Amino acid sequence: MEDINSTVISSTQTDTKSEPHHLSIPHQHKDAIGAKIGMWLFLFTELLLFGGLFLLYMAYRLQYSKDFVIAASELNLFLGTINTIILLTSSLTMALSIAAIQREKKKLSIFSLLSTIGFALTFLVIKYFEWSAKFQHGIAPKSPELLSKPNGEIIFYGMYYSMTGLHALHVIIGAIVLSFMFVFLVRNKISSKDYIKLENSGLYWHLVDLIWIFLFPLFYLLH
Amino acid sequence: MANGVIAAKFENYLEYKKHKGIFAWILSTDHKRIGLLYLVSMVVFFWVGVTLGFLMKIEMLTPGKTIVDAQTYNSFFTLHGIIMIFLFIIPGIPAVFGNFFLPIQIGARDVAFPRLNLLSWYLYVIGGLFAIISLFLQGGPIDVGWTFYVPYSIRTTTNVILPLFGAFILGFSSILTGLNFITTVHRLRAPGMTFFRMPLFVWALYATAWIQVVATPVVGITIVMVIVERAFQIGIFDPAIGGDPLLFQHLFWIYSHPAVYIMILPAMGVVSEIIPTFARRTIFGYKVIAFSSLAIALIGYFVWAHHMFSSGMSNTSRAVFSLLTFLVAVPSGVKVFNWVATLYKGSIDLRAPLIYVMMFIFLFSIGGLTGLVLGSLSTDVHVTDTYFVVAHFHYVMFGGAAIILFAALHYWFPKMFGKMYNEKIAIWATPFIFIGFNMLYFTMFILGYKGMPRRYWSYLPEYQTLHIVSTVGSWILILGLAIMFGNLIYALFKGKPADSNPWGGVTLEWQIPSPPPVENFDEIPVVNHGPYDFTKINESTNGRY
Repeated sequence: MEDINSTVISSTQTDTKSEPHHLSIPHQHKDAIGAKIGMWLFLFTELLLFGGLFLLYMAYRLQYSKDFVIAASELNLFLGTINTIILLTSSLTMALSIAAIQREKKKLSIFSLLSTIGFALTFLVIKYFEWSAKFQHGIAPKSPELLSKPNGEIIFYGMYYSMTGLHALHVIIGAIVLSFMFVFLVRNKISSKDYIKLENSGLYWHLVDLIWIFLFPLFYLLH
Repeated sequence: MANGVIAAKFENYLEYKKHKGIFAWILSTDHKRIGLLYLVSMVVFFWVGVTLGFLMKIEMLTPGKTIVDAQTYNSFFTLHGIIMIFLFIIPGIPAVFGNFFLPIQIGARDVAFPRLNLLSWYLYVIGGLFAIISLFLQGGPIDVGWTFYVPYSIRTTTNVILPLFGAFILGFSSILTGLNFITTVHRLRAPGMTFFRMPLFVWALYATAWIQVVATPVVGITIVMVIVERAFQIGIFDPAIGGDPLLFQHLFWIYSHPAVYIMILPAMGVVSEIIPTFARRTIFGYKVIAFSSLAIALIGYFVWAHHMFSSGMSNTSRAVFSLLTFLVAVPSGVKVFNWVATLYKGSIDLRAPLIYVMMFIFLFSIGGLTGLVLGSLSTDVHVTDTYFVVAHFHYVMFGGAAIILFAALHYWFPKMFGKMYNEKIAIWATPFIFIGFNMLYFTMFILGYKGMPRRYWSYLPEYQTLHIVSTVGSWILILGLAIMFGNLIYALFKGKPADSNPWGGVTLEWQIPSPPPVENFDEIPVVNHGPYDFTKINESTNGRY
């Protein structure tokens, strides 16, 4: 038994100088590449989560193409476009925030991050007005007015509320995550040497943006 | 180890405590402790599931009412399914033994994200509690079957939303575990531990983790949409306002078929560990077994619609899915042949873990071959939705995944707890389990073939004899399980201390003390050969251990 142990664990008790190295388990948590792999896998699951909805959208669009066109023409293209511009810009400021901290420009990084959070909130406010305008016209889930419409339109609005709703939930979560990043930045927990948290939050934010880039044409533009 | 501080750092993980009392467990990010947290919670849920199954079998003793009414029976089979699948078998081997042994087998000190690992366990418990709480709320326990098929699941007045949300949370837990394992395998392998030097259990866990990450989100969103449909009537799954229930079935099985491989792949990994150890020789066809895990993960993703042959799909898609289903049997067959080939001319030591593995090979082969009956269109339409299906998946899931979970429990028990169980009693439990199992489930093949529909509360009198045999079988099986668990629990408190390597295993976990130190290795090992190299151990012990 003894010689077997020693062949595999060959370096036992030979190198005491490397103790600080093997005691440094917290360093494993700082494995930036590992953290990024984890984040990308998570983003992958997010894509698949929305993927299920995109699949449903596709199936029903094929089944009820006419109803979908009619219902889509009632969405507010102007507000949708504004929101698209806002989200695209927020991705830019997010990327700027990461680039700034890499170059040790903390103030610029904080400013860019705050702008990103600001854009996120603006997006949500516009979304709120957009939805409440629809609700006032009686196009709300379970409302008798919506249920009196043809099946395809009911499903269109069902998909619209579910998909933009789930997306809005992601915007809210994103804004909360970014607020934490703001605190970390201020307290120097994120620096030019260790900015993986900010980078991963940025990846998440870009995903939120990316999903909107698909939602916008599917609901507002395809007529 | 002259330095006392360093020595203290390497005390065994069961004695090392950062917090007091229960907090030493529920706040611990040690992968080994989290594995045990899962083990305890899963065994509890398992016995709840067993109890429900026991009551169902008693109900089936006579046609008509025996002990419960039809509505209660509906809730029984739903909860039996939800608990056994979502709370026992899906987390199953990866959550307990994966957590415990994956880092050790690749020479790491922990998983890549220890805190996320603990969060996964909390999500698991919360999801489980949601399912349990829903039993006691107004409206009554869920009665839709574990598949949650629409439109019934959006019409029934029982509590559907809470257990559905529980299942969603459990999915989240499963995803995070998968994500953690993939990152761990990629980032934390010890020096020299190349991919093709990894134990096959790690390969199986790696393939499983990918399925967890890729498939689970789809059922997550499907479950959410059923909840939204119930709450807001958006029409997506409601045929009354234009929705298509078949789409639900597609989305559900896109996850739930790969989930079958989440349950069985890790079990196959455990078999690939136990067989070489007790045959005292290297595994036959290492690479083929490793790749067959990946192949099962990949092909398993494209066979989901074989659950829907009688749901009204086009003939073309039925034929395509039937063909793909046959393909997935190939890598499974490859594994079975390689295991048997490993035993051939091995120096076989027939200990309890290997006996469970033998039982697995027998039961899983029956389960697999009857799967072909269900995969063929012409035979499936006759036996679908009968007891034949129930028998088939109990042979595969219970005879496959759960029996191997027991095998793994016996195989790694000395390592996990540093105690030995009574080998004789462990072996004595197996004939009870084996005979009880076959009486309970093989009769179901015959019942199903004769036309007994699944999920029925009552039946025609001519089925009664077989139902009685089946019920008596369930008692024998439960007796066997009780002996097995009793033996292990006794060993936990009164067992003799175990060696670091009681079986003569050669993977890394057998080269550290039992129970393992807090950080597994005082020095990260350097690996310079494959995982099943028995030449050294056979030389030093003259072939005997």
